[in-house]
Amino acid sequence: MDEKTGRGDDEGEEKNREKSMSDEKCYLVENKGKEGNICVITERCKGCGFCIEFCPVNALEFSEKTTEKGYKPPKMNQGCILCGKCEKICPEFSIYLKKKKEGE
Amino acid sequence: MSIRKSRDWFSPDYMEQRSKKESAYGLHPLDCYLRKDRIPHIWCPGCGLGVILNSYLRALKNSDISPKETAVVSGIGCTGRTAGYLDVDSFHVTHGRAIPFATGLKIGNRELVTTVFSGDGDLFAIGGNHFIHAARRNVDFNVICVNNFNYGMTGGQAAPTTPKKAQTSTTPWGGFEQPFNLPGVAAGSGAVYVARWTAYHVEKMIESMEEALNKKGFCFIEVLSPCPTGYGRKVGLKTGMETMKYYKENSKIKDGADPTKVALDPDDPECEIIVGKFVDKEAPTYQDERGEIFDQARNELGVK
Amino acid sequence: MMKPGTYFMEGNTACAEGAIAAGCTFFAGYPITPASEILERMAKRFPEFHGSYLQMEDELASITAILGASWAGRKAMTATSGPGFSLMMENYGLGLMTETPCVIVNVMRGGPSTGLPTKVAQGDVNQTRWGTHGDVGVVVYVPSSPQEMFDLTIKAFNTSEKYRLPVVVLSDEMVSHMTEKVDIPKKEDIEIVERKKPEEPPERSLPFCPDEDLVPPMANAGEGYSVHVTGLTHDEKGHPSIDEETQNKLVTRLIDKIRKNADDILEYEEYMVQDADIIVVAYGSVYRAAREAVEIARDKGIKAGLLRPITIWPFPEDRIYDLAKNGTDNFLVAEINFGQIVFEVERCTGGAANTYLAPRMGGNIHTPEEIVDRMEAIEEGKIPDFKE
Repeated sequence: MDEKTGRGDDEGEEKNREKSMSDEKCYLVENKGKEGNICVITERCKGCGFCIEFCPVNALEFSEKTTEKGYKPPKMNQGCILCGKCEKICPEFSIYLKKKKEGE
Repeated sequence: MSIRKSRDWFSPDYMEQRSKKESAYGLHPLDCYLRKDRIPHIWCPGCGLGVILNSYLRALKNSDISPKETAVVSGIGCTGRTAGYLDVDSFHVTHGRAIPFATGLKIGNRELVTTVFSGDGDLFAIGGNHFIHAARRNVDFNVICVNNFNYGMTGGQAAPTTPKKAQTSTTPWGGFEQPFNLPGVAAGSGAVYVARWTAYHVEKMIESMEEALNKKGFCFIEVLSPCPTGYGRKVGLKTGMETMKYYKENSKIKDGADPTKVALDPDDPECEIIVGKFVDKEAPTYQDERGEIFDQARNELGVK
Repeated sequence: MMKPGTYFMEGNTACAEGAIAAGCTFFAGYPITPASEILERMAKRFPEFHGSYLQMEDELASITAILGASWAGRKAMTATSGPGFSLMMENYGLGLMTETPCVIVNVMRGGPSTGLPTKVAQGDVNQTRWGTHGDVGVVVYVPSSPQEMFDLTIKAFNTSEKYRLPVVVLSDEMVSHMTEKVDIPKKEDIEIVERKKPEEPPERSLPFCPDEDLVPPMANAGEGYSVHVTGLTHDEKGHPSIDEETQNKLVTRLIDKIRKNADDILEYEEYMVQDADIIVVAYGSVYRAAREAVEIARDKGIKAGLLRPITIWPFPEDRIYDLAKNGTDNFLVAEINFGQIVFEVERCTGGAANTYLAPRMGGNIHTPEEIVDRMEAIEEGKIPDFKE
């Protein structure tokens, strides 16, 4: 990342992405048997509960763990169908779908 | 000694947090439209603004409109902060003046896909005159009005959309002014596309915003938003979630309804919220009409 | 632009033609006496070269629309008078804060309030400097003839593009409505200045980071730079920031941008000041009466001179001080108001000379005899100070 402008180059961004996937900022929720995962960027989540309330199959619930700022992010309950409603209704750009690519 | 120092804003902890924030950028599919060092945004937990912005960015993405050809203009207020979060040509102007600014911008450069993002007070109180004239002229840009029924950023004062009898910080004994019917105002002024949704109706909102982005002319979309901090908690909707559930239970989709008859009944707090696409018509834009007259003038003057 | 030649032209028409010659292709305005002729001329002429004339719903919309058009890459102008100019104050400030090049023409008329719509006055001079809230640095030109309406409008566009700020052309009703000889030069002979563009690519550009001349290069909307422009106090990236250091840095630079470049911007005209005991300071339509008054006074044996500011802001402070220190005893400010520039002159003399005022409230300009009588009264010691 360039110190002066705060802008990064593409390669650097990619590396950043790989790095943060594996630590606390974003946690992967395993969705066994289905074709993708739900990710939550925990530091953006403000615990509003929209994703939990409006999930059509009640696949999410509030986690017991809190984020750094004290909010309760969602965690997987059961039966996610990867419809993407949570991603669309999140006000914080926090929760999103990550569909598995072919061969993964 | 300044307050800043005593709060350790520039302490090593703060700096570490800041760098963590920046490294999570790029994960979310809509991050390409956001300014990385401005997220997370300042909007309250439970605020509907993030949902509406989410839908707008999704509509941009689905319409294949790149950030480089987009311009967003917003006024003052919580909704006004939208411009500051978008990595596009974004303009945060003075209170009520987003629409004339967007008029100058769009007529100055017709290639820009211009959207005005502003609140109910900004667009219909101080900016009311500009709204009706831009609709009358049918200038080719979109206006997304986030209606949270109050002036949120300044502490929850009454606005022209606040329902009667509602308690706000400037109507502590209850309001008594008739609120505006925003789709009625828009349709009456000549807007070619008028729709109302709530922050709950995300799929419909995305579809509507896509239609507006691809339509020529002055398009208006009102979106009702939870505002638990400024308004909701004074009228019994203490959290964003309660307001969203209220919208889900009390709204009814009626596409094609008469926009003059969709006022939110100020005397009935349990009234039906009519949402939908009310007006979708074709009309020549300001630039089309002007082009015709100018061609005539140039012919008469003998100029190509 | 118009074919080069000599024309018999009204001040307002000359102003509009000057704007067209400077490359203005966007005009937004609201009708107001005595500036409406500028609107009408622009509306008539624009179809010829694909310009945009917008009749807005009020002056608030007019000033904001020209800011938007400027960010879209156009050279934009509006024209109004006192009541409209008061409405424009907030967004004049927005233009100064966001460093948006554009030109605002204010044709002064009798005030306050609705006042004398069809008669001359000079009551808005201080408003152009101090009318908008907060601390700003401004540039204001004051034409005295239709020829200057043409020339100074072009200069106003050039200064606004070079220094990235809204520039005011402060005319008055008499200059705007008088018809006089105007020479229009060939296009090649007119100097046109364009705004500085950034040299770095978008990923490395800081939209509000200034060069040595304190002016940042300007990328327009649609050029791929994703500029963020806000009226809030902002850092070099354009992002709002509430800390003191950012405010200090930004506001100091906005003021220094004009203050430190004043030598390049400042213009004034002098007549017989070298040996003058009393110098008349006059601008706009009063200039003619003052000049005649100096001639009459000289015939009567009074050593009179004349200083005419062409830019009223920045004000020729150093020149006034030099003149005061080097032999001029008295300054007489003749203006059609109750005293606005007289305070500047008094301040700039630093006590080395006396300052007097020849006021008029509005409706007509001074006669040369009035000014001469005042000069005589000062010479005879009949006026203690300018508050009389």
